[in-house]
Amino acid sequence: MAEAVKPRIKLDKKQAKKGDLVEVKALVSHIMESGQRRDSAGNTIPRKILSKFTCTVNGKEVFSADFEPAVSANPYIQFKFRAQESGPVILTWVDDDGSKIVGQDSITVT
Amino acid sequence: MTLLSNRRQAMAIGAGTIVATIIGPSIAFAANDSDDLIKKFTGGKTAAEGRVKLDLPEIAENGNTVPMTVMVESPMTEQSYVAAVLVIADGNPRGGVATFHFSPASGVAEANTRIRLATTQNIIAVAKMNDGSFFTASKQVKVTIGGCGG
Repeated sequence: MAEAVKPRIKLDKKQAKKGDLVEVKALVSHIMESGQRRDSAGNTIPRKILSKFTCTVNGKEVFSADFEPAVSANPYIQFKFRAQESGPVILTWVDDDGSKIVGQDSITVT
Repeated sequence: MTLLSNRRQAMAIGAGTIVATIIGPSIAFAANDSDDLIKKFTGGKTAAEGRVKLDLPEIAENGNTVPMTVMVESPMTEQSYVAAVLVIADGNPRGGVATFHFSPASGVAEANTRIRLATTQNIIAVAKMNDGSFFTASKQVKVTIGGCGG
């Protein structure tokens, strides 16, 4: 499930003045199995969620989040950061099994 | 009256079964670990009401995906910023929902995601400031599952 997933990332602006707030919206396909459900045979379906999310802009962390099983399937996240310098905007989700989903966009600060 | 209560009971059982298949067997007994999680987050300090704003629908028809926005008033400068916000649901099988980490580079302490709610319950947000103070807010969300109406 975690392999070959391409997150959808949208920045509300591609170019910003220094100090502007940039809004990031991101959606990623993932089952976010809570570990609370049972299959038809009554066995617990093991937990499998994206538990950690980080966003870096030009290598500096601007926002991160820890997710619990109470976050919906196909997790959506929206946040803002203050534009300081141009560079890649990298979003990383870490799965319970250690695999990563990485998405990238970029921002130009004028 | 007997008829009505029977029907209500039947619907309640029906809803309970659906919830159990979606989220888990133990939701009827609300006591979860939310108090412990808050205590752990604040280190036993009391969080003051205010500065935190939780935006959630009053009635959520589908508990599987409820939009949730949390905002904390703060200048977000090096001197004064919001370090982290813990979001708790007191009626889920487990209380933790998410923790958001901010820094002055965030510019504003605001985040939105979609969460799962097992039943009608309170959502609690606790914000940790860089100076070690805590602020909190809570909001009740009524959850309708299985089309049983309001």
